[in-house]
Amino acid sequence: MQTPLESLIDQVRAAHAAGTPLRLQGGDSKSFWVCAQAERTLDIRPYQGVVDYEPSELVLTVRAGTPLSEVEALLEAQGQMLAFEPPHYGPHATLGGTIACGLSGPRRAAAGSARDFVLGVRLIDGLGRDLSFGGQVIKNVAGFDLSRLMAGAFGSLGVITEVSLKVLPKPPFELTLEWVLQEAAALERMNQWGGQPLPVSATSFHNGRLRARLSGAEVAVRAAQARLGGEVVADGAAWWNALREQSAACFQTDKPLWRLAVKSSAPPLGLSGAVLTEWGGALRWVATDHAASQVQKAARDAGGHALLLRGGHPAAPRFGGLDPILAQIHRRLKHAFDPKGIFNPGLPGNF
Amino acid sequence: MTAPLSQAEIASALSRWLPPGSVLTDPEDVRPFETDGLSAYRQLPYVVALPRTEAEVQAVLRYCHEAHIPVVARGSGTGLSGGALPHKDGVLLSLSRFMRILEIDPLARVARVQPGVRNLAISEAVAPYGLYYAPDPSSQIACSIGGNVAENSGGVHCLKYGLTVHNLVKVRAVTMAGEVVELGCDALDAAGYDFMALITGSEGLLAVVTEVTVKLLPKPQTAKAILAAFDDVTRAGNAVANIIAAGIIPAGLEMMDGPATRAAEAFVHADYPLSAEAVLICESDGTPEEVADEMARMQAILQSSGAIEIRYSQDEAQRLKFWAGRKAAFPAVGRLSPDYYCIDGTIPRRSLGSVLKRIYEMGREYGLEVANVFHAGDGNLHPLILFDAAKPGEFERTEAFAGQILELCVEVGGTITGEHGVGVEKINQMCVQFTPDELSMFHAVKAAFDPEGLLNPGKAVPTLHRCAEMGRMHVHHNALSHPELPRF
Ligand SMILES: Cc1cc2nc3c(=O)[nH]c(=O)nc-3n(C[C@H](O)[C@H](O)[C@H](O)COP(=O)(O)OP(=O)(O)OC[C@H]3O[C@@H](n4cnc5c(N)ncnc54)[C@H](O)[C@@H]3O)c2cc1C
Repeated sequence: MQTPLESLIDQVRAAHAAGTPLRLQGGDSKSFWVCAQAERTLDIRPYQGVVDYEPSELVLTVRAGTPLSEVEALLEAQGQMLAFEPPHYGPHATLGGTIACGLSGPRRAAAGSARDFVLGVRLIDGLGRDLSFGGQVIKNVAGFDLSRLMAGAFGSLGVITEVSLKVLPKPPFELTLEWVLQEAAALERMNQWGGQPLPVSATSFHNGRLRARLSGAEVAVRAAQARLGGEVVADGAAWWNALREQSAACFQTDKPLWRLAVKSSAPPLGLSGAVLTEWGGALRWVATDHAASQVQKAARDAGGHALLLRGGHPAAPRFGGLDPILAQIHRRLKHAFDPKGIFNPGLPGNF
Repeated sequence: MTAPLSQAEIASALSRWLPPGSVLTDPEDVRPFETDGLSAYRQLPYVVALPRTEAEVQAVLRYCHEAHIPVVARGSGTGLSGGALPHKDGVLLSLSRFMRILEIDPLARVARVQPGVRNLAISEAVAPYGLYYAPDPSSQIACSIGGNVAENSGGVHCLKYGLTVHNLVKVRAVTMAGEVVELGCDALDAAGYDFMALITGSEGLLAVVTEVTVKLLPKPQTAKAILAAFDDVTRAGNAVANIIAAGIIPAGLEMMDGPATRAAEAFVHADYPLSAEAVLICESDGTPEEVADEMARMQAILQSSGAIEIRYSQDEAQRLKFWAGRKAAFPAVGRLSPDYYCIDGTIPRRSLGSVLKRIYEMGREYGLEVANVFHAGDGNLHPLILFDAAKPGEFERTEAFAGQILELCVEVGGTITGEHGVGVEKINQMCVQFTPDELSMFHAVKAAFDPEGLLNPGKAVPTLHRCAEMGRMHVHHNALSHPELPRF
């Protein structure tokens, strides 16, 4: 009988031979956001399970169809975590989809992004070849870093079948503090904290309130608390989780919801409909009817880029125009991995 | 193609765009560029170009692109895999005149620098703001940030603070066709594919880096270290696993085996325990509270893991003394023998004991001494093979031994290079680690940036043809040799 991996490879080969586009799908938790237009779906979920996990190596290798919640439970039992705190957007998210979308949560500014924790991937390319890049060790510079390249490529370069990730110990103690402040002052304070030896693991600013999560050994967190002052937030953990999933009340809006990644110290953007700021100022959520071009320009002026998460025109470009030289390299790279363009047509964007 | 251009023709063409004194061809002038940190490989460059501006880099690349001349970029030339080895018919493009720190933004904690700036110079320049640039290769006083980007360099603190790839924000680079590209952006992620991941560690094969924006971190308030001795390497390896399993990520976690310890002690008199078969240096940094907490926990674990001796740094002088031997381990080993060869594999930490045992066995088979230095936290092993290049056949035996160690690393689930890169040195072992399909994907990625294959050709990724030949050599149990490459 065919193994699930062989079946995936066969489906890709058939799609390649016939030139049929495929929509790669894990738990289908993010299709509200990223959804390729293709008649056929390649379901990754049958290929699931843990390949290797040795807590003292800080390395976990799992098949891409493994539910994210299962991975987290496994780590939790060993006092470890995915330090990039990926959002789930529902109970069925898979690890493969999480890496393909490259999403990170509140701890991103302090701990690193999904891509930062990728050590290796196994993937099926557009010709149906079974390839492995990177590895199961923390330091590895053999060959180009094609494994981290998969994070945030939205499945457009290959079907991720296995991922190796660096994992970290869960901090033994956490505490959330709050201050009442104006936006500009809050931005300045978040940036100043970033330059000081403080155990700040997440920050947010919303509705005149600046919040910071401190994580680490209890003595260290208490010492930082004494230095910083502020009010203790009773349900801190729930707040960060609501931020991670964008399920907090402030995200519940009819207007298009934009995610603007900008330079952390950029002044207030001046767009109406500001929802929330996190990542020490480097991520700003805006719910607004402004034209896509206007939002994208504001993000560019602030050193970054804007992505539409929800709402808005479905055909709106995912990211504003790439520089023509870069766009050409994008096209060539896509062609190198997927010469017939069968994977997730239209993703990650138009170039 | 038409007849190759002469040195004089290339030099006079480049002189149209570069100021006087920036194009070298005289053998005496180009000799300093004939090798990098891996001096076993030497090649006089055909022409050396020393541009000062990005526009000059563009001009050189555009000309070479049109004239189909290979180009090799070079930073400080400290690379240990022959990555900056010149091409015999090519232009060696030195970035050594790109020495300026362009901008320090203490609030956003970034610095924008030119590629020739030395790694340590960045930390020195931002020190007044209480900040530093975390990746700290042992060569940090000399190596350039451009070279660090090209090699994805690591340091002794990268388990906690990451490699070069984790500490960059943005890069400007020029493609072989002479086009400027900006990769990454001032935010924590950029639109499109993650070209920052791709350019970092690309060994100068994809584009020439002309500007780097690095992330800066707050300097830890305090750092303390423990020196622990073990009478058995496996026990020391287990102690490392126990520390990590207890949820501690030490700032540094280094191991030296008995021969490395004794060599270091003889050299710097750091007061290392000479009877030990393995010495661990465990460093904790952070706030005084954090450090006190972590040090106490580490000490307890080391004790219960069977350390025969534990010392606690009482002050900064003693901490630096603990490190002195480790930092001088390479030259210390170098004193024991006319030459030494440094290897750079990574292994899963759990195989440390068995891998070291195999390395000692192989050393006996080859009749060569070996001392091991280990970034134990992240599994990066540096065996140092002692040899005498003056003895006929000894370098060839050393290379064969080194190749076998790297293949052993792959066999146990590791990799042939943790931080020094493939360059020309480990190009044959790439055939062991990757399948022909994977290698052809690397070639396709290179072609996306440099379709003509003119930038640092012949490095980092072997041709399939070369691997096919290598395969035959394996079958015949032949020692791997590089007959086409010059010797000491
Ligand atoms: C004593 C000693 C200790 C060392 N310790 C460490 C260590 O702890 N960790 C570690 O990781 N490494 C270490 N190294 C290796 C070496 O220092 C690093 O690889 C370093 O990053 C090389 O920098 P460089 O400027 O000398 O680069 P070079 O040797 O000049 O070049 C290295 C590669 O980078 C490319 N390159 C250089 N500049 C550019 C540019 N601007 N654009 C594109 N490509 C470029 C070159 O083509 C070449 O392929 C050590 C070396 C020595 C000699």
